[in-house]
Amino acid sequence: MSLYTATRDDRSQPLIRLRDLDVHFGQQRVLRDINLDVARGQTVAVIGESGCGKTVLLKTIIGLIRPSAGKVSFDGRDLAGLNPDELATTRTRFGFVFQQAALFDSMTIGQNVAFPLRRHTDYTEDEVRQIVVTRLAEVGLPTSIVSKKPAELSGGMRKRVGLARALAMDPEVVLYDEPTTGLDPIMSDVINELILSTRRQHPVAGIVVTHDMRTAQKVADRVVMLYPLARLDDDEPQIIYDGLPQDIEDAPDSRVSQFVRGEARDRLMELRQYNGS
Amino acid sequence: MATGANSSSWKPVAGHGIGARLMNWAANWIADLGENVEKAILALGDISNFTFLTIWWLFTRRPFKGTLVPNFYQIGVLSLPVVALTGVFIGMVLAVQSYAQFRMLGMETRMGAVINMALVRELGPVLAATMLAGRVGSAMAAELGTMRVTEQIDALSAMGANPIHYLVVPRFLACLILIPALTTTADFMGVVGGAFYSVVLLNIDSHHYWENSREFVGVFDLFSGLFKSLFFGAAIALIGCHRGFTCDPGAEGVGKAATGAFVLSFVVILFLDLVLAIILEQVYGLIWPGGASLM
Repeated sequence: MSLYTATRDDRSQPLIRLRDLDVHFGQQRVLRDINLDVARGQTVAVIGESGCGKTVLLKTIIGLIRPSAGKVSFDGRDLAGLNPDELATTRTRFGFVFQQAALFDSMTIGQNVAFPLRRHTDYTEDEVRQIVVTRLAEVGLPTSIVSKKPAELSGGMRKRVGLARALAMDPEVVLYDEPTTGLDPIMSDVINELILSTRRQHPVAGIVVTHDMRTAQKVADRVVMLYPLARLDDDEPQIIYDGLPQDIEDAPDSRVSQFVRGEARDRLMELRQYNGS
Repeated sequence: MATGANSSSWKPVAGHGIGARLMNWAANWIADLGENVEKAILALGDISNFTFLTIWWLFTRRPFKGTLVPNFYQIGVLSLPVVALTGVFIGMVLAVQSYAQFRMLGMETRMGAVINMALVRELGPVLAATMLAGRVGSAMAAELGTMRVTEQIDALSAMGANPIHYLVVPRFLACLILIPALTTTADFMGVVGGAFYSVVLLNIDSHHYWENSREFVGVFDLFSGLFKSLFFGAAIALIGCHRGFTCDPGAEGVGKAATGAFVLSFVVILFLDLVLAIILEQVYGLIWPGGASLM
């Protein structure tokens, strides 16, 4: 159930719609027949073990990876039908928080956060500076860091700057790629709280790719679990769970419950068989 | 799709006889060759597409504000000392190497013509380009490769900025516009170095040294060197940026991209030098049939 009630226009259709999505890299198929709708204001956590295609899914949604088959629609428009300018404009309606923040090394923190504003808006330098300070404050960072380089910040601070940059253009949807990976438990919780406060302050949808169940259960109002294709039969769907976060522990599929509880039973058996052979 | 001998459609010839082994060896060799040829064609297609996109963005959009000056500074200004130093030493080395032979013939004053002709036509452009490929081309590959590996290039795209427009066009423009200036610097410093060694250290008559230079080295020679340098500059930028954009993950990938950019740039510079030298000779022959030659 969405926490945010849309107001801008007809909001009955989903903001993001994936239909029969396939992604191959050469001979390797990573995603197969993915069908997923994300409503406006909804936050969906995409969970699954490493290598199951979570990040590929996120990058396909924003058009960084072109699907081999199927359709990605944003706000009713097929991304494949957009020309480069339309695609660039559409991307400004997204915010993307990268796993390692992906801040531009050669720029200061202020320049990083201001980058999309300078690229896509006619704001004056004073207005840009004001937005940068506001966005940094929203993620709990002081104004004094605007002149620092990304290399001078800790991992947690870099992630927060990445979030501030993703929010700079006031996007309609924020894509989070492993937002808490590599952070200590306290900083992970800070990031989770920031994702929640972002939802409170801005009317945004979110897709959070993670394998951290605490993050999934805390920030999402829907959880989708992907399973690696290599472990699936041809007729099995790749999405093995799509439901509420509070119900996931009671999921009838043992693969889901094992993942949620962090039990490696099947994998350990495979490992033993492999070592024994 | 590679049609390698290991693909499922091919079955090794059964048997242990010499005929079967020879057949299998030949099939494997042909398959490997085919795979390498296929890879080379794909790589050529990829860099051709990259070049086309760079030129398309160059002519359809103005470069991003604030991207030109840092690249011009990095590529032009910071390369100046090393290019100048290379020019001086090459000029002096040419004087050292040619002196003994010319002295035997009693033609020391002709050294000015040889040194300066070699510098402005060949060594100035090629060595300036080589230094630029080493200093700038591999740095571009390493920088853009790191940006690729750390998802900074994806971040650019995600924020609606085209990475080729933002990252490649300014570097391409900087190399293209500044390499003639760097070549001129290498030429000038080479001429100074050669003259210093010949006139000051070897006591060759200054008047005749310069007179012979003036007689044999013409505007066309200078032009041909600068004309070639434009192609070298474009190749350095495109190869360096392309290697960075297609960098494999990890530190090893970045290292390989940087090394590969220099090696490929150097080979392409030499190849272009040969092709352009042949073309320019034909052009010279068309403009000045039976024109002056050096000796």
